[in-house]
Amino acid sequence: MHESLRRLAPVLLLPAPAAALAGGEGIPDPAAGWDRLWDEMLVDITLIGVVFAAVTAWFMWRFRRRHPDEEGCPPRLGTGAAVGWAVVPAFVFMADDFFLAAKGWELWQQYRTVPEGALEVRLDSAMWSWTYTYPNGAVTVNELRVPAGRPVLLRMTSRDVVHSHFIPDFRVKEDSMPGRITYLWFYPKRPGEHVVACAEYCGLLHSRMAGKVIVMEPEAFAAWYRAAGRRADAAARDEGEV
Amino acid sequence: MGAALRSWLFTTDHKRVGILYLIGSLAAFAIAGIMAMLMRIELTAIGPDLTDNPQQYNVWLYFHGAAMILGFQIPALTGFLANYCVPLMIGARDVAFPRLNALSVWLFWAGILLALATFVIPDPPDVMWTGYPPYATRTWGNTAFYSFTVLLLGFSSILGGVNFLTTVFYMRAPGMGWNKLNIFVWSIVVAFIIQLIFVPVLGTAVTMLLFDKYLGTTFFDPANGGDVLIYQNLFWFYSHPAVYVILLPFLGITYEIVATFARNRVFNYKMVVYGGFGGVLLLAGEVWVHHLYTAGLPDWLRVGQMVTTLLISVPVGLLMIGLVGTLYRGSIEYRTPMLYALGVIFFFLIGGLTGIPNAIASLDLHLQDTYFIPGHFHYVMAVAGTFAIFGAVYYLFPKMTGRMYHESTGKLGFWLTFIGMNLVFMPMMMAGIEGMPRRYYDYAQFPQVEGLQQLMTFGAFVILAGSLVTLWNWVQGALRGAPAPANPWGSRSLEWTAAPSPPPPGNFPQPPRLGPEWSPYAYGERA
Repeated sequence: MHESLRRLAPVLLLPAPAAALAGGEGIPDPAAGWDRLWDEMLVDITLIGVVFAAVTAWFMWRFRRRHPDEEGCPPRLGTGAAVGWAVVPAFVFMADDFFLAAKGWELWQQYRTVPEGALEVRLDSAMWSWTYTYPNGAVTVNELRVPAGRPVLLRMTSRDVVHSHFIPDFRVKEDSMPGRITYLWFYPKRPGEHVVACAEYCGLLHSRMAGKVIVMEPEAFAAWYRAAGRRADAAARDEGEV
Repeated sequence: MGAALRSWLFTTDHKRVGILYLIGSLAAFAIAGIMAMLMRIELTAIGPDLTDNPQQYNVWLYFHGAAMILGFQIPALTGFLANYCVPLMIGARDVAFPRLNALSVWLFWAGILLALATFVIPDPPDVMWTGYPPYATRTWGNTAFYSFTVLLLGFSSILGGVNFLTTVFYMRAPGMGWNKLNIFVWSIVVAFIIQLIFVPVLGTAVTMLLFDKYLGTTFFDPANGGDVLIYQNLFWFYSHPAVYVILLPFLGITYEIVATFARNRVFNYKMVVYGGFGGVLLLAGEVWVHHLYTAGLPDWLRVGQMVTTLLISVPVGLLMIGLVGTLYRGSIEYRTPMLYALGVIFFFLIGGLTGIPNAIASLDLHLQDTYFIPGHFHYVMAVAGTFAIFGAVYYLFPKMTGRMYHESTGKLGFWLTFIGMNLVFMPMMMAGIEGMPRRYYDYAQFPQVEGLQQLMTFGAFVILAGSLVTLWNWVQGALRGAPAPANPWGSRSLEWTAAPSPPPPGNFPQPPRLGPEWSPYAYGERA
């Protein structure tokens, strides 16, 4: 799919896609791509809106009624003009549609193609909390600790109803639901904290189903990860003895 | 008194049935509007403001959405306006099946009463108007009231569809060819074709929900072989076309108002009907997945429906060109109905353009289920549709009541609601870009949107003021307005030229006779 799009690119006037959107170390950052596409989109729709509104406002002024008995004198469209007024705008709109669809698809590929070497974390959502399970067995609730500079993949399912794991700062969400496994990935680059919110209505405490992504320095993360893994092992042993 | 009441309740006159629809849908609008005010007050500041029980808020939100769509917009457009206008516009004495028509409006009222039971039963539904399982089957809220309300209103719609399609196909005045129909009549034909195809799908979905919750089936329970996404697909397979059931009639009546007050022929009629309405009909059933971009469906389906969704801009763009083109070389008079019609163009333009980012699947991964979505769909459907309905009530006011409303009070009401709507829904979209999710009782994690929330609450009070002015104007006008002539606007359409105000039972003193040159938009012929 990627290849065919790149071949189409010159036809659709796409400015050099994949390479330009790539982030550091060749891994693209969908969040940055989102911001760029959003800006282009705003220009696109603002332009259409302003032109349309200006024409309408001009007609409203120019063709206001001047005498009570006045009537309009509409142009009589011949067959050619009538068909032209349908076909030409249709193709103009379609051109914009396909242009935007191609750009949206390009970004979509980034969102859905998980880079190699991502940290894979399992997410179980439940009314009303997020439980993250790491490859070494470490478990956290409502706190997703990740190292800076490494993509993170969440494999998600739900223990009860549909939830949606939303990280506004990384411009990404995907629903989690019982009976299916869904995924999302994001690319945390700098240490810091980011809000996690539930974006699919799930009842009483839907608005309180909040969490945090805590991006740590890689060394600090490694230390935390080892300690959390040991605690998980100890807990598993305790359970085994009982 | 009793006799008068009986004559209204048991009426089979399409105009009275229409007015019964209007009263019911305006009641739904008022109550659902009060729910919106309660929610806006609750959201003014972070933390509890009006109630400390999120469940209470969820019930308000459920009722607001379900009642505004199913109880106000669809019945006001395909119940009230279709009933009042279609037979008059096509020169018919009534609809094809007047008693079936009465049954439709009774079912509608039963649906409204059932929805109102939300406020008296102990565990009211809290499933939002979408009713997604497994939440809808697990909640203690009474999902049955949701399902049965949907079923009653859906059944009412199907009866209306059979009735109006038959009416338009077989009861047009002699000489009225398909290319001489009012645009509004066309919009009703297409809207009811959509209803007949898709309402049964919604009926199926909510019935399966009912079975899962109360009769132990497991259609949507993955632990027992079901699948939660089947419901979402069925629901939106109906509910996206339902958007067009609202959109087409509200654009249709806007065309009537614009043509009348611009005294102008509809621009490129065949483009509007076949390209605009026809194109929407063709695409209506192929775009539902854009409501499910984040639901984990296969990538090819999401990308494919991103393309079909973007293509909707073609017929919708043609409809907008037709509307603005009708102003070209017209003679525009700015009466209250015309202000509302121009308001529709404004809101629909913003709503349509802000739909484009939602249509793009990758941008939607951030925007989906944030305040951007309700901001967008209020502009494109809720507010634009409501302005069309309000404009239509003003437009038909002299015809329905035989009296005139007060012009400057009408304009005051328009400007208040127009400003108020922008003060609510523009900040709402901005809060969505900030990441504020919808359907939140509280927003402690998003302190940066508190200022926007306060602006929205202020705007809601401006809308309330405008709505009260409008309502007062209608009541005053109906009781004390100056007597209206048969055709105060100088329209060429049959409901104004061939019938007195208000029209008697049977509508036309003499059956309308249409010459070969007749058209509902035959303006400018004298020039």
